[in-house]
Amino acid sequence: MKYAHALSTVVLLTITLFAQPVSAQGPTPTDDEVNKIAKQLYCPVCESTPLDVCPTEACRQWRDVIRSMLSEGRSEAEIKQHFVEQYGVRVLNEPPNRWVSYLVPGIAIILGAFMLLRGFQTWKRPGVMESVSIKKEARPVHDQYIAKMEEELRKRNESSH
Amino acid sequence: MTESPFTRRGVPIWAQIIVWIFLVGLLAIVGVGLKRAQQGTVQPGHKIDDFTLPLFSGYELDGKSEIKIEDLRGKVVVINFWASWCKPCEQEAAELQAAWEEYGPTGEVIFLGVDYVDTEPEALVYLKKFGIDFPNGPDLATRISQYFRIAGVPETYFVDKEGVLQYVRIGPFTSIDQIRAQIDLLLK
Repeated sequence: MKYAHALSTVVLLTITLFAQPVSAQGPTPTDDEVNKIAKQLYCPVCESTPLDVCPTEACRQWRDVIRSMLSEGRSEAEIKQHFVEQYGVRVLNEPPNRWVSYLVPGIAIILGAFMLLRGFQTWKRPGVMESVSIKKEARPVHDQYIAKMEEELRKRNESSH
Repeated sequence: MTESPFTRRGVPIWAQIIVWIFLVGLLAIVGVGLKRAQQGTVQPGHKIDDFTLPLFSGYELDGKSEIKIEDLRGKVVVINFWASWCKPCEQEAAELQAAWEEYGPTGEVIFLGVDYVDTEPEALVYLKKFGIDFPNGPDLATRISQYFRIAGVPETYFVDKEGVLQYVRIGPFTSIDQIRAQIDLLLK
């Protein structure tokens, strides 16, 4: 019992001596890892410059935030979400994947395709139109009128016989 | 009745109407956007709608961690947009704090610092550096700055006791007298 107690004390001391401080921080992310996320973001102050190449102080601070969050083990999606919550959805280089985002271009594409289709249907029959226009000159103007004329002629023929 | 062979098959009228409605709608959206972009900041005389400003820890007002502007009716409100990366903001930081120390104790004037597109650690360093202690908080999702249509920082908006915007300052104050002049006008 005495030996067991002494042994456990030695084990505990050994563990304590060799124990490393535990940290939530991971390895420092590389510039490439930071820029991979940074290039998907735009600072509202410098709207046309992606964050990875933006030289301003505000953008430098943002890149530091990305680096810090990566070292905390946060995912790319979590980091982007953080920036959206802090600065609004306009910081993203691509709008969020919502059906509304596709509604207007979707309608435009469908309408455009429909109009093109109808246009092609009209254009691909010039021969038909030409032959029709020739026949048009040769034929009387109104089918109903012709029918009535033929009916009258038929009656006349019948009565003459 | 059969279709006449002479009839030209074009785009039906309903499709043409939809296309025109779509185009007019698109033009209207672009027009409104352009008009908004050219409008500049919210102009004096505009009644300020309610908004909520979350406050940084240590910069609360009466123990509250957020401020609703509606709750400040009856007081003159000075809304200052700033950022830690903004060098011109540093020029006016001391003047704003001095004015707050002068008018804050009267209870008739409230200063609000709205931190625009900034990171909290840097913002807190800035506030500490310039000894600012009036209520300050981040402009989450840039909602407040979009409402005021700010063009940059610093910008300061003076709202009277009825909640109506009375004066807009674009750029930094160069002396405390410039701040005093506007507040005194609104306190009369």
